[in-house]
Amino acid sequence: MSFHPNDIARRTRLSSIALAVGFIALLTAFFRAQVLDNAKYAMQSEENRLRSIPVPAPRGIIYDLRGDIIAENLPGYSVSILSPRVDSLRATLGRLSAIIPITPREIENAVRRFRRAPNRPTVVLADASIDVVSVLEEHRLDYPQMIIQSVPKRYYPDGPLVGSFVGYTGEITEAELNLPKYAGYKPGQQVGKGGLEKEYEAILHGKEGVKFDEVDARGRPVRTSSMRADIAPVSAPPMKTNIDMKLQKQVAAIFSDTLFGGAIAMDPKTGAVLALYSNPTFDPNRFTGGIPVDYWKELNSDPKKPLFNKVIQGTYPPASTFKLATATIALQNKLVRLDEHMPISCGGGMQYGRRYFRCWEKRGHGSLNLQGAIEKSCDVYFYQLGIRLGVANMVAGGIGLGMREKSGIDLPNEYSPVFPYKDVKEYYNRKYGAGNWSASEALNLSIGQGNNSQTVANMAKFYSALATDGRTARPYLVNRPPERKQVLNLPQEQLLHIREALAGVVSSRGTAGGSAIQGLVIAGKTGTAQNGTPIDHAWFVGFAPADDPKILVAVFLEFGHHGWSAARVASRIMGFYTGKLPAEVVVTE
Amino acid sequence: MNLARRIVPDFQLLTIAGLLSLYGVAMVYSAGQTDTPTAVAGVYKSQILWLGLGMLGAYFISRSSVRFIEWMTWPFYFLSVALLALTLVIGTGAGTAAGTKSWIAIGGVRLGQPSELAKLTVVLALASLLSKRRDAPKSLMDLWKPALTVLVPWVIIMLQPDLGTGIVFIGIFFGMLYWAGVSWPLLLLLGSPAVSLILSFSTGVWGAWFLVLLALVLWYKPYLIEGIVLVVMNIVTGVVAPLMWEKLAPYQQKRLLVFLDPSADARGSGYHVIQSKVAIGSGGWFGKGFTMGTQKRLAFLPEQHTDFIFSVVGEELGFIGVTVALILFLMLFLRITKIASRANDSFSSLAAFGLMASWFVHVLVNVGMTLNLMPITGIPLPFFSYGGSFMLASWLAIGVLMRIAGEGRGRAVFTGS
Repeated sequence: MSFHPNDIARRTRLSSIALAVGFIALLTAFFRAQVLDNAKYAMQSEENRLRSIPVPAPRGIIYDLRGDIIAENLPGYSVSILSPRVDSLRATLGRLSAIIPITPREIENAVRRFRRAPNRPTVVLADASIDVVSVLEEHRLDYPQMIIQSVPKRYYPDGPLVGSFVGYTGEITEAELNLPKYAGYKPGQQVGKGGLEKEYEAILHGKEGVKFDEVDARGRPVRTSSMRADIAPVSAPPMKTNIDMKLQKQVAAIFSDTLFGGAIAMDPKTGAVLALYSNPTFDPNRFTGGIPVDYWKELNSDPKKPLFNKVIQGTYPPASTFKLATATIALQNKLVRLDEHMPISCGGGMQYGRRYFRCWEKRGHGSLNLQGAIEKSCDVYFYQLGIRLGVANMVAGGIGLGMREKSGIDLPNEYSPVFPYKDVKEYYNRKYGAGNWSASEALNLSIGQGNNSQTVANMAKFYSALATDGRTARPYLVNRPPERKQVLNLPQEQLLHIREALAGVVSSRGTAGGSAIQGLVIAGKTGTAQNGTPIDHAWFVGFAPADDPKILVAVFLEFGHHGWSAARVASRIMGFYTGKLPAEVVVTE
Repeated sequence: MNLARRIVPDFQLLTIAGLLSLYGVAMVYSAGQTDTPTAVAGVYKSQILWLGLGMLGAYFISRSSVRFIEWMTWPFYFLSVALLALTLVIGTGAGTAAGTKSWIAIGGVRLGQPSELAKLTVVLALASLLSKRRDAPKSLMDLWKPALTVLVPWVIIMLQPDLGTGIVFIGIFFGMLYWAGVSWPLLLLLGSPAVSLILSFSTGVWGAWFLVLLALVLWYKPYLIEGIVLVVMNIVTGVVAPLMWEKLAPYQQKRLLVFLDPSADARGSGYHVIQSKVAIGSGGWFGKGFTMGTQKRLAFLPEQHTDFIFSVVGEELGFIGVTVALILFLMLFLRITKIASRANDSFSSLAAFGLMASWFVHVLVNVGMTLNLMPITGIPLPFFSYGGSFMLASWLAIGVLMRIAGEGRGRAVFTGS
């Protein structure tokens, strides 16, 4: 043992240096972590203990023009789970399924939502019943990762009556999440799926808020955090529409469950849509929080296609309602006068080329002028007008009247009408092959048959020009400045005479005399569309009062036999709106 | 030696140890303050009890004499080895080392960890052996007795298995050999098998080390037989290491791997280290306030009252609190080094330095572990970590140091070196 004082002093010195070096090394490491990297670790510690829970914003409330509620929000409950991994989510759901009913489909949906956004609480039940919620509340402590939230739930007080135009809401789909339109949306969120809900999603959606909960290492909420202020959801502004719920209910009552098809009522001067109904329809309330499988199957297996909107999606041959297009095109081309008689008087049909073209009236109408031909809907008169015009002029004129364009109504998924394009030769060659068609196409077109299918909404738009000063009004459900377009370049006097002729239709002289209402002059045109089955579709487009129209109605009845049955529906709508007819018995639910 | 001579207590040593203990008790109290109350909430009371008991023991030891302590050394050494051996039969685990057998319990009541007592007795036994020699050991042959003294308890501890305490014993052994005047090359040769063990994971690195070793052996010229033994030992450890790896318990393998990359197992073993780093790092300059640490309160911090108590210091009292604690430790160690250098005889000097070496390893490994500078070995922090036997043993050691200081020349006025 060497304990010479010099040795001891040397070792003491070396030891002290070694100790100092060791401690300086430790202090340096702590300085780095605590001072230099403080921000990083402070954030991690915040993230550790703060759990952010998205708070859905209530969707905007939709009102009718009087302020009656079309769509609102009721308090509902959603159940979500925060999980670090898929297997722990499955395990939790497995345990949950022992105390509340969860279907395997709901579990798979939850897993899918988790995969898409693992850091968000995974929605398990979007719309849990109060019974389920109270059972879960009892077991709250067993499921620290479970979040039961009071969420706004979409509700439509009039249910099926408004489905045709309001659409419905549902969980955003995988496909929608990939669209730029839904950038920033998260799985499990409710979005508009059709109708106004979809069209105005950006406005109706509102802005999701965030609630910060302080949780411990096991995810048990300790308290609402005071460290970071919650971000309140921003509810969407209320949305006022042009819909007149009283009228809408009337329309639905008229259709009841005996008539099928669609109807649109609008103000011809502004395009404001007062009512829009497609029958059969669906109950949008049943879509909220996930549609029941059986209801979805029922809707999709119904041959009458309740989810298919007959007003904006169904395209049908406009039939005789198109005769006004033929007439106005001819008038604009100065090929006919309103009081002009055609060479061939109607004897129930006429020969053209190798074919005999029938008039719907087998007994014949005799010799008529244009006004009379409109009232009586004489096919023979219009065949001759068609021949006079020729296919090219007919098509060019029809395009000018908007027959190739959508109505532009503010609803999603409107279908385009079917109508030939300007280069008719190429169109028909491509359609039938060169030499397989003839000038006789003009005859078909003139009476609204042939290659011509229009939506109810688009026919309503065309008639808004007839009802006013020759300008169409783009139909709108949500109020905005009218968008009108001059399509008829005719003297006001001629338009007046045309309206007189249309008024004649709904008179003892015309085809819809049975729909006349005492004290109200209704102008309009019937249509009976052949469709390859023995039973024809029925059309009526008209407006009232004829001299200063307040309302324009287009009605289409699938397999409605004859235009006058559609006219009866339309006149009842107009009669109610103008106060000339009492309300029908309204059947709800 | 005049036993009647009045001993003036070393107030500096007492003050530093007292401050560290109070700091420690305060942190144990804070560690119990969690949002979801656990059993840890009340442990600070028993910590205070053990502190009192330790201080009482220290007082009695300081009233005895170094000669008496030296005389008691070997009986206590054998007692502690016997108790250690007993743990292999009836030992139980606790805390982060729940899978080990380092505790002695009777009827489910844990009485203590014999390894804590063994740390003290091994230091004293080594001091006793090394002080008997007139010269510093010059060859490996000279070291067989000290080596055996450490090896026996070390092997038992590694069988428990308690890697952390094993590291402490190695620290004690080399620290005391250094203080006894063993030359650097000899220390290096002695440690070479362990180095081989560590480097064996890479054949290339181990090969390079082996060449260095051969050069060292040729230069130092130990006895031929020693040289051969050394080379053989290095080859054996270098080759055996991978097999040893297989022998390690999975949780130990995991800990070593996680030490290398904590994010590899962020929710398992690495979780402790990551959360500890987050706790310390989020403390900043001044911390989140005493008892206010969110990582601790919300139970993100594991073993916050034992192995990871220094993370609580870092989180709640910040860099300032860490600096104060580390400076107190440094002052304690410098003071003990001073006491060792002023000791009256070589036994006292070696014993003092050995105790210091033991604590230094504890502080270095435990504090380093909270920042992932060291592997998680379940080694406690002296005067801080909750644990009765460690607190008691630490204060008994303070008692021994008090006695050594008291008997030392000039009562060791601290002047710095």
